[in-house]
Amino acid sequence: MDITELTVHELQQKLKNKELTAVQIVKAYIDRINEKEPKVDAFITLQLEEALKKAEEIDSKIANGEDISSLAGIPIGIKDNICTKGVKTTCASKMLENFIAPYDATVMEKINAEEIIDLGKLNMDEFAMGSSTEYSYFKKTKNPWDLTRIPGGSSGGPAAAVAANLVPWALGTDTGGSIRQPAAVCGVVGLKPTYGLVSRYGVVAFASSLDQVGTFTKDVEDCAKLLNVIAGRDEKDTTSVDVGKKDYTQSLGKEIKGLKIGVPKEFYGEGINQEVKNAILNAMEEYKKLGAEVEEFSLDVAELSLATYYIIACAEASSNLGRYDGIRYGYRTKNYNNVRELMKNSRSEGFGEEVKRRIILGTYVLSSGYYDAYYKKAQQVRTLVNNKFNEAFKKYDVLLTPTSPTTAFKLGEKSTNPLEMYLSDICTVSVNIAGLPGISIPCGVDSKGLPIGMQLIGNKFSEETILKVAYAYEKQTKFRENYKPTFKEGV
Amino acid sequence: MQVSREEILHIADLADLNIEEEKIDKYLLNLQDILNFANIVNKQDVSNLEITIGSNEAKNVFRKDEVKVFENTESLLENAPKKEQNMFKIPKVIN
Repeated sequence: MDITELTVHELQQKLKNKELTAVQIVKAYIDRINEKEPKVDAFITLQLEEALKKAEEIDSKIANGEDISSLAGIPIGIKDNICTKGVKTTCASKMLENFIAPYDATVMEKINAEEIIDLGKLNMDEFAMGSSTEYSYFKKTKNPWDLTRIPGGSSGGPAAAVAANLVPWALGTDTGGSIRQPAAVCGVVGLKPTYGLVSRYGVVAFASSLDQVGTFTKDVEDCAKLLNVIAGRDEKDTTSVDVGKKDYTQSLGKEIKGLKIGVPKEFYGEGINQEVKNAILNAMEEYKKLGAEVEEFSLDVAELSLATYYIIACAEASSNLGRYDGIRYGYRTKNYNNVRELMKNSRSEGFGEEVKRRIILGTYVLSSGYYDAYYKKAQQVRTLVNNKFNEAFKKYDVLLTPTSPTTAFKLGEKSTNPLEMYLSDICTVSVNIAGLPGISIPCGVDSKGLPIGMQLIGNKFSEETILKVAYAYEKQTKFRENYKPTFKEGV
Repeated sequence: MQVSREEILHIADLADLNIEEEKIDKYLLNLQDILNFANIVNKQDVSNLEITIGSNEAKNVFRKDEVKVFENTESLLENAPKKEQNMFKIPKVIN
């Protein structure tokens, strides 16, 4: 039995039946990481010794018959923009290369309370800005399905790590598609919850009105389980919402007969790869077989949302990243004569190209003379996008779209053309603009054997519905039984 | 909208960033590209629509103004690029 192939719910079962110990599980992952990490480069910081120690502690608690969480001893990987007390939290930036988080993010407190074991911090685009993880200051993560291709971004590390079985599941963040797009191109399940369902406290801010923590898992059941752990109102994040304690696994397996699925035709028109389109058409047929009512309709928000997104996200980023001044923490230049030079040179040397580009764009759209033409307009367009989604959800329970317009592209293919890179988010950003939940699940492979993802979008706080709909498809099509990453170079 | 060289240098200065001379043209080109694309928002008539700031209802969230002690101040100072005793050290601000 390959322990690292198992889902979390399978691991839990084996822990419960005493077929496996926490130490055996962690050791299996350490072996796997030693074997595959040199090829995939998913981690920035590894915590393997500490992880093994925690596993030993948990095993002795189990041996002593102590009352522990049903998730105790399950490993996890964490995107490196989520603060982990006493452990480097770099945001994949030179700016935070030596930053050791003085406290845990709220989601980490929740993970620790369940005694889930952190194996390490995972790679990403610097400050979560990018769609390929190529903008990481430290390394380029490779896609386990073809090592010459990108793992998506910005949560490329978490997606690749789950796909390569380096961790059984992982936490990521999603501002414009940073969980769903990498999940799609790496063939795993990625959930961005409704804005406000999960606390952002202790998550390094990029665009605060759009950022949300979410999950990477091998299957939908694990997704529901991890959401159970991280969801909930937090007084330290005033945008978090109290929707009451829910068990998201409860809806799994319920019938979807008669459920209305809308497929917005603008989401799989021009610019969407034909093989991706075909996979979506097939998924529509599968849902019809499952008894859902599937219907095409018009929802013209994709392009509009992307334009709005790059104005709003960059504006918020330019403000959020103002805190990096080289004074209290982070990179400080050696080259300065006064405070102004200290700040300016620290920022100029500490940030990468893409981050600077976005700060400049954000500063531009907020500057006097352009504020009304861009920023205010974008906020009004945001209302328009909300209204259009509200209309759609009067008619449909769930919307079905591709997650990414293409399968994984080659490393280096888009990293020199920012606008082309931005277009990778065309199917996902509208979900952030409207604050909705979205899940990406695998729905087949292209002719090269690269995974294709489909996105299910729900109305606000309707995670149970999209999980149920995703689960029904997964049970029907069994992607994980049919396809596995090859770790080949060039397909 | 056309962005000029002077404008981009002014914006970079506002953002506390230096742009190397040889990279100005590249930044200009990228910025122009993105702004041209973002101009889609100006093709929509949204003049009668309110603005949306966040995605949930816009209301104030109040809490009691209570002092809470953060015990581990040393861990904060450990991240300081330069410090003296228990203070952050920076160059002289007032001449």
